[in-house]
Amino acid sequence: MTEFRTPGRELARFRLRVVVAMLFVCLCLGLLATRFYYLQVLRHEYYLTRAEDNRIALLPTVPHRGTIMDRNGVVLARNYATYTLEITPDQVEDVEATLDELATLVAIEARDRRRFMKLLEESRNFESVPVRSRLSDEEIARIVSQRYRFPGVEVKARLLRDYPQGAVASHIVGYIGRINQRDVERIEQADNEANYRGSQHIGKAGLELFYETELHGITGVEQVEVNAGGRAVRALSRIAPIQGNDLELTLDIELQRVAEKAFGERRGALVAIEPASGGVLALVSTPTFDPNLFVDGISTQDWKALNDSPDHPLLNRAIYSAYPPGSTFKPFMALAGLEMGKRTARQAIADIGYFNLGNHRFMDDKIGGHGMVDLHKSIVVSCNTYYYQLAHELGIDNIAKFMGPLGFGSRTGIDLPGEASGVLPSPEWKRERFRRPEQQQWYAGETISVGIGQGYNAYTPLQLASALATLLNNGKQYRPHIVRHVVDSLSGERRAVEREPVREIPLKPANVKAVLDGMVGVNSEGTGRRAFQGAAYTSGGKTGTAQVFSLRGQRYEEKRLRERLRDHSWFIAYAPAQAPQIALAVLVENGGFGAQSAAPIARQVMDYYLLHQRAGGPAAEDAEADEADESVDAGPKDEEVVEPAAEPGLPARGAARSPAPAAGRRAQ
Amino acid sequence: MSGSRFNPIALLRAFLRPLDPILMLVLGLLLGAAWVLMQSASPERLDSQGAHFAIALGAMWLMAWVSPARLLRFALPLYALGVLLLIGVELFGEVSKGAQRWLDIGVTRIQPSEIMKIAMPLMLAWYFQQREGQTRFVDFVVATLLLLLPVGLIVIQPDLGTSLLVAAAGLYVIYFAGLSWKLIVPLVALLVIGLGSIVTLGDTLCQPDVDWQVLREYQKQRVCTLLDPTRDPLGRGFHIIQSTIAIGSGGMSGKGWMEGTQTHLSFLPERHTDFIFAVLAEEFGLVGAVVLLATYLLLLVRGFFIAAFAPTHASRLLAGSITMIFFTYAFVNMGMVSGILPVVGVPLPFISYGGTALVTLCLGVGMLMSIQRSRLRARSS
Repeated sequence: MTEFRTPGRELARFRLRVVVAMLFVCLCLGLLATRFYYLQVLRHEYYLTRAEDNRIALLPTVPHRGTIMDRNGVVLARNYATYTLEITPDQVEDVEATLDELATLVAIEARDRRRFMKLLEESRNFESVPVRSRLSDEEIARIVSQRYRFPGVEVKARLLRDYPQGAVASHIVGYIGRINQRDVERIEQADNEANYRGSQHIGKAGLELFYETELHGITGVEQVEVNAGGRAVRALSRIAPIQGNDLELTLDIELQRVAEKAFGERRGALVAIEPASGGVLALVSTPTFDPNLFVDGISTQDWKALNDSPDHPLLNRAIYSAYPPGSTFKPFMALAGLEMGKRTARQAIADIGYFNLGNHRFMDDKIGGHGMVDLHKSIVVSCNTYYYQLAHELGIDNIAKFMGPLGFGSRTGIDLPGEASGVLPSPEWKRERFRRPEQQQWYAGETISVGIGQGYNAYTPLQLASALATLLNNGKQYRPHIVRHVVDSLSGERRAVEREPVREIPLKPANVKAVLDGMVGVNSEGTGRRAFQGAAYTSGGKTGTAQVFSLRGQRYEEKRLRERLRDHSWFIAYAPAQAPQIALAVLVENGGFGAQSAAPIARQVMDYYLLHQRAGGPAAEDAEADEADESVDAGPKDEEVVEPAAEPGLPARGAARSPAPAAGRRAQ
Repeated sequence: MSGSRFNPIALLRAFLRPLDPILMLVLGLLLGAAWVLMQSASPERLDSQGAHFAIALGAMWLMAWVSPARLLRFALPLYALGVLLLIGVELFGEVSKGAQRWLDIGVTRIQPSEIMKIAMPLMLAWYFQQREGQTRFVDFVVATLLLLLPVGLIVIQPDLGTSLLVAAAGLYVIYFAGLSWKLIVPLVALLVIGLGSIVTLGDTLCQPDVDWQVLREYQKQRVCTLLDPTRDPLGRGFHIIQSTIAIGSGGMSGKGWMEGTQTHLSFLPERHTDFIFAVLAEEFGLVGAVVLLATYLLLLVRGFFIAAFAPTHASRLLAGSITMIFFTYAFVNMGMVSGILPVVGVPLPFISYGGTALVTLCLGVGMLMSIQRSRLRARSS
């Protein structure tokens, strides 16, 4: 190691600085010592009183969670007061023994015990953990009289959440549950620990999750004297909590109930939107579940039953499941043709029953074709050939360019958690979606499938309903939303959640009218005629069938196919035709043809909404009879008579309706 | 060690050779205190803290073998690595508690700002060593820039506590390198005036709609809570209120080991990490607190002694800066727990629970020992 002889002056300067630093250090440590002296000697009495004699605890006061009401003020989620039996683990020597003894006073069942042990593991030691809720007066009296025997055991008044509508609208309202480790991390991320001190529940799903910050409220503080055992003796001062804000929805719970009932046992989804505002009137996903199960910690059996069910009741199909739109896509395709100048409303093509691309033949449903087909007829009879040609002429890029702004393939931004974006296919999408180069290639044949709503297309019922609503508004697009007002709990001020349109797509009114006229034709003379027979209002609609399963490469097993692999049934509709008040999309999973199972549901919902008639009322009898009629003799024979151009039939399977790249490749 | 016979005494001597007895004494006292306090504050963490002790002492021992000259050769690469990792954090870092601090390098997550605590004084000491005897004003400008780059990156993470420590580490080197008093005095004065005005204008500045521009919302909250802990009695203020109660109620001789009501009735938050000093003050009183202050003072005096007699310019700067960093940790932590400084996440050196800080601190002690050894060797040669 080489050593420099530093000039003495520099070394002296350094040492001077060390001495100065030393003095500074002594000064600061002296300052600390003074502070300690001040706290520990001069103010000792004061702090000792605060700590020893009167241990003052700051108790958080949990605010009342906001209530959720539908558009008519019907309560969907509320609080109710209940007494709970709670144990603070670190004040109890032997938790098991205490539980055994408590069980001699109040009923503690095996599942209460299991739930308690689970909560115990998740909680911090100094927080009390509930053993039983909903104690009866008699039970409370018994515990309180014996309380001296149980240090660390308390009866507390708590507010629990109640969902009076039960399973109705459960996917929208969602539920709250006990705060778990993941929630704690989320709260910490938001730097919100203080406000959740004392809170035991947090929104887990639906509006309860999405509007958690509005609903929760602001935690209050109570300064209390605590005795040596940690029990509150006397309240000293309090800052009152601020109740959470209430939510007023656009939802009509009675309409929702009618819609859910209309599904019966079938799985599916329905979204009904008020076109003029984008407010969601009903949003159904069946099967539903009872949100009350979750509030107090769901039992293992209940959870298993819900989670393992093949029907996936917890899944919100209306916003999360994307299905090929089938022929419900045709009105939008028709509009694309008009707007992009590829078609005029009058212009007719000759449908000879198929469309050739290269050496591949895309079949129509009707053998021999529909003859001369113009735009109106193409929608009314759901003519595939018309749209094969149109898609080919437009090209996939133009289709994607037109459909994107309508909301296809992107999240609508509805105020619910867990929305899926669906798939608006395009060559770019395919390049990003697939890894192997041969899969990334876009084939011309795939465009043809997209034209009739099959192929890679996949949209949520919400996206279809929202796109229809945009059409009805001549391109003015509102964000679909469920909450109309947030009611401020302090000022009572009602904040509107959504008022302005998010964008305006420049559409020519004449073009929109031509398409909508076609949809009115569907319900008066086309595939929707049976379902809307005798309706007291004019309506527009479009049936659709989404293929679930392509037979390609698979053995045809009739038994399995009959159940889960049958086609999904679609129907989109609006009414009244002159001034639309409701736009909806219905999907029935494995429901077969759209006209058969989805359209009657739409009819019941519209009847109720527009005429306030429940199924069973005078006008609805028709609808019911109609449905019964349908279910009895709905068969190929009947379909053919009523609607010769029913949804894409079997001949087209594997060809035009196949979403498979293989089909496209063959088409090349 | 030329003897061929196995000699356990000689081996032990060789093993202990780089260790400085006074520093070892201080370390023994501090780690002993840590052990005793941890039994009261959080006994379930004793095992893992024991492991931290072993790792940290091992790191210190290894560091004590590395001569200052060799260490300084790593200054530039370590500094460059630290800056690169900080940029990496900015681009790919993981977010935790609203701040981006961690970088996942596959095997483990690392906190690059921790590297900077060592790399920063090393880098500046190395730089001034190059300019020894010809230090000009421009060198201080360069040094300031070298300081500001990583500090800026840490501030935007945002991690106020660590950025202050890293900035302090660099500023100490600059101070010891001889920055003119004409600059230091106004800077310190400005700082004092700034803090003073914040204290006096606190109420206006802490209105919720006032945006402080430089500091993030949660940092503003911390400062405001210090000025008036009752502002947020459940959140940030809760810590300070409870820790001052713990300290004050300890009195002259404390409530006795394991007898602290604040500690054991769970009023004291973070009692095993940043607020462990309150446990000491509650259970051992003013006597315990002053003994701790004295122990730290002994550590600092020894550090300054090593700095004053270190053989080279760079090792002097390094030793001085390390010593001042120890002081900063201790002062900021005790100041915050006793309510005279804002709550910034700085642990009580050698005592708070946690491995990372302990290893960093012990590496610092190892450097002091190595500098001391280089002096002894220089003198004997």
